[in-house]
Amino acid sequence: MINRSPYISDAPSVGAIMFKVLLALVPGIIAYVWVFGGGILVILFLATATALVAEAAMLKIRKRPIQPFLTDYSAVTTAWLLALAIPPLSPWWVIVVGTLFSIVVAKQLYGGLGYNPFNPAMVGYAVLLISFPAIMSRWPIPLELGAGTQMFAEYGFFDQIRYIFSQSLPLNMQLDAITSATPLDYLKTQLTLKQEIPTISQAPIFGSFGGKGGEYVTGAYLLGGLYLWQQKIITWHLPSAFLAALALISGVFWLVDPTHFASPMFHLFSGASIMCAFFIITDPVSGPTTPLGKLWFAAGVAVITYLVRVYGGYPDGVAFAVIFMNICVPLIDAYTQPRVFGHQQ
Amino acid sequence: MNALVNLTSLLKTATEIFPFHGGVHPPENKAQSTQLPIGQLTLPEKLVLPLRQHVGNMPKVKVNIGDYVLKGQLLAEAEGAVSAAIHAPTSGTITAIEDAIIPHPSGLPDRCITMVPDGKDAWIDKKPQDWRTDDRKNLVASLRLSGIVGLGGATFPTHIKLRADGKSGVHTLIINAAECEPYISCDDTLMRERAAEVVQGIAIAQHLLGAEHVIIGIEDNKPEAIASMQAAVQGKPMQVKIVPTLYPSGDARRLVHLVLGTEIPHDKRSTEVGLQVFNVATVLALYRYFEFGEPSISRIVSMTGNVQQPQNFEVLFGTPLPHLVAAAGGAKADTSHYIMGGPMMGFALPDENVPITKAANCIIAASPTLFAPPPPAMPCIRCARCADACPVNLQPQELYWFAKADNFEKANDYKLFDCIECGACSYVCPSNIPLVQYYRYAKSEIIAVDKAKEAADLARERNDFRLARIEREKLERAQKHAERAALQKEEATKKALLNIDKNVGEQNDALQGSIHAASGDANPMPDTDAAKKATKQAIIAAAIERAKAAKAAANIAPKNVVDADENVKKEIAEIEARRQAVGLTEKPAIAAATDAEKQAKIAAAIAKAKAAKAAADAAKLEKITKLNND
Repeated sequence: MINRSPYISDAPSVGAIMFKVLLALVPGIIAYVWVFGGGILVILFLATATALVAEAAMLKIRKRPIQPFLTDYSAVTTAWLLALAIPPLSPWWVIVVGTLFSIVVAKQLYGGLGYNPFNPAMVGYAVLLISFPAIMSRWPIPLELGAGTQMFAEYGFFDQIRYIFSQSLPLNMQLDAITSATPLDYLKTQLTLKQEIPTISQAPIFGSFGGKGGEYVTGAYLLGGLYLWQQKIITWHLPSAFLAALALISGVFWLVDPTHFASPMFHLFSGASIMCAFFIITDPVSGPTTPLGKLWFAAGVAVITYLVRVYGGYPDGVAFAVIFMNICVPLIDAYTQPRVFGHQQ
Repeated sequence: MNALVNLTSLLKTATEIFPFHGGVHPPENKAQSTQLPIGQLTLPEKLVLPLRQHVGNMPKVKVNIGDYVLKGQLLAEAEGAVSAAIHAPTSGTITAIEDAIIPHPSGLPDRCITMVPDGKDAWIDKKPQDWRTDDRKNLVASLRLSGIVGLGGATFPTHIKLRADGKSGVHTLIINAAECEPYISCDDTLMRERAAEVVQGIAIAQHLLGAEHVIIGIEDNKPEAIASMQAAVQGKPMQVKIVPTLYPSGDARRLVHLVLGTEIPHDKRSTEVGLQVFNVATVLALYRYFEFGEPSISRIVSMTGNVQQPQNFEVLFGTPLPHLVAAAGGAKADTSHYIMGGPMMGFALPDENVPITKAANCIIAASPTLFAPPPPAMPCIRCARCADACPVNLQPQELYWFAKADNFEKANDYKLFDCIECGACSYVCPSNIPLVQYYRYAKSEIIAVDKAKEAADLARERNDFRLARIEREKLERAQKHAERAALQKEEATKKALLNIDKNVGEQNDALQGSIHAASGDANPMPDTDAAKKATKQAIIAAAIERAKAAKAAANIAPKNVVDADENVKKEIAEIEARRQAVGLTEKPAIAAATDAEKQAKIAAAIAKAKAAKAAADAAKLEKITKLNND
């Protein structure tokens, strides 16, 4: 007999929530495999295994119960988000190092589930980006492109696996032939070469909105994100504010000078924008809790992301923007407390 | 003007509903207990009446063991401002007045009267009152003897809520018939079956309060109750307002917001904004009290959950729970315990054999299948579902964090004390955190700390006062010394004066002699005597004046009190008032100070008057002397 009201509950468990997040990533993963090949599945597997082992080991060291925390899927969610952020043709140890850092340092050393001030996946990603910039910028050419189609004919799933584990390519194949810069990266490089956007966007890697092929993956993420919203796993605040702020800031620059600043559509559908809007900034632990705070947080991430993309040293700025805004969360929460019933503001 | 605004807003809001933030909609589970009409119980073998079935003081027992009492007879009368009477629910013999187990979450026993019914169920001589014509003040005063308390579960003595004598400023009476907690259906069945009596009760409460409007708020999951209430209010200045089924709409402040859009400020009571809220069962009790002279001796209780036949029963207070369970066909085999109240805010009864009290709106037989024990709590993931569900718009996840860290100051900043402990936050928590328990803990800690601080403040004030008193006594002693010294000085002066007197007398004698010789006056002595006396008096008066001035300057009161500014004086007065309240009836320092001041002033005035008189006398003497000389 436990004397604690309420005696009834209607809440999905933490595990159920995280499972739905994983489920929402599945359409994106399918599109990813279709566009970039099956190598990502290996990366996802490596990430998942590393995350679970690291989580279990850390829980054991910290003398915490292992089973409830392994089955809450939070470590798996972190692993998947990180895996989907790195290039699928990267050596196996890249994802292992990244995941280890995410789980061990960014999550468990801060106290585990619920206590990490920074988004673990983004911390892992930032570490990889800073440590291995060359690897992190080498993305496979999407299937849609001529070279890609051709490539896939002779360079399949097992070749990708072999590359991941031994970094060896089939004979007569150069790494440059199967990889390229991302559209954001390409845009940045070309702009520094005094090219103008109408010319730059003629390049074959550009699709209708974002990067060719990549924009399908992004579209699938959007679908998954809407599912999360429909399932009430996330509220509208964070994605809407992020996308609106990103569209607004990129739109202003674009209207002022469309030859040097890419369109809002390009920014929304390139890089990690949609992923960030629905899956990354929606991490509840490291994010703000008040409705107004969510709007400010997401808008902050969007603005910093844009500034890094346009003026920073990296093609995309989501990870840095999220980490920076994570620092601001206590402040944002403190200053955005909603009015309590019966109180003046 | 205000009334007009209220009126227009009322018209505009005739059917409009003003939702509050958050809320949850748990499975209602009310249908089980509404299949049968309100059932009557047989008389139990004994009745155990806890003296404290209400919020407030323990009432004073008016009977002795062995007394034979009639149904409705006063067993204990309200004592102090907030208290309620207890009556015999049936006729019988008092067999015990002792501590017994009561339905309280603490499981601690409390004073109870036990009686054994004689089966006759013989009433006292009931005294109905005509509430329409009798003086409202007397009616409300008589309610102190009714034993009626808020039957929605709060059990606040009703006579206090009606005390305003029609001059309450309450313009709108809101009848709480929302009954938002799952499982509970006592108000529902009450309205279905006794709507006419309920409406009579509402009319009484309206009359006693002098309220112009009445709004009856009922959740839309009670269509039968709504229909019967709507029929019963036909042609009466009352309005039935249907509110959506959303827990906790039955919380008074939430209901007021729902039906009126009025947000009662956190630091005000509903009456301060012209509103009063009564539970539907409470007004029925009012009706029975005034119309039939029947005090509060029974209530309707939902006996539901894991019993064979859930049903609502009219239950005499003091009826042992097993008697009620048996009436509902008995508990099913896997019943593990009983919950009093609903599953959201109720509590597990410490014992199966507790009596039914005025607070018992619902008893749920619980089983592990009906109420599965919660899985172990996980860390908070800050998902803020609790914040979305909170009807007060608090941030439960922050409050939890502060409560857990014993950061009570912060918890207070985040309005912990606005939490109504409805449990909506826990209900939606994916981590199964017993949030309400954390808030209760933090609240009790803060209250305990405040009490300790209050005691420390009092001790400090006492010490300050003691120091002030010591200082004052020191000054008083110094004053006495000064007085004595002044007195000695005065004596010395007197002696000196006597000498002067002598000299002056001799001189005068000589002078007079010559004057007499010159003028040939027969009796010149009286004049010179008077002059002598006047001079002496003037000198003495001056000396006294000096002494008095010295006394006034030295002042009886301590310097720190005299010089203190108004605030300090006020504070000292407050301290003194508290001291007197706790029985330390020493003469107040401030009063002493004023007395001393007053005395000094009087002394100075006397001295001044004397000096003036002496001066006048001296002038007169001079004049006479001059005349004489001439």
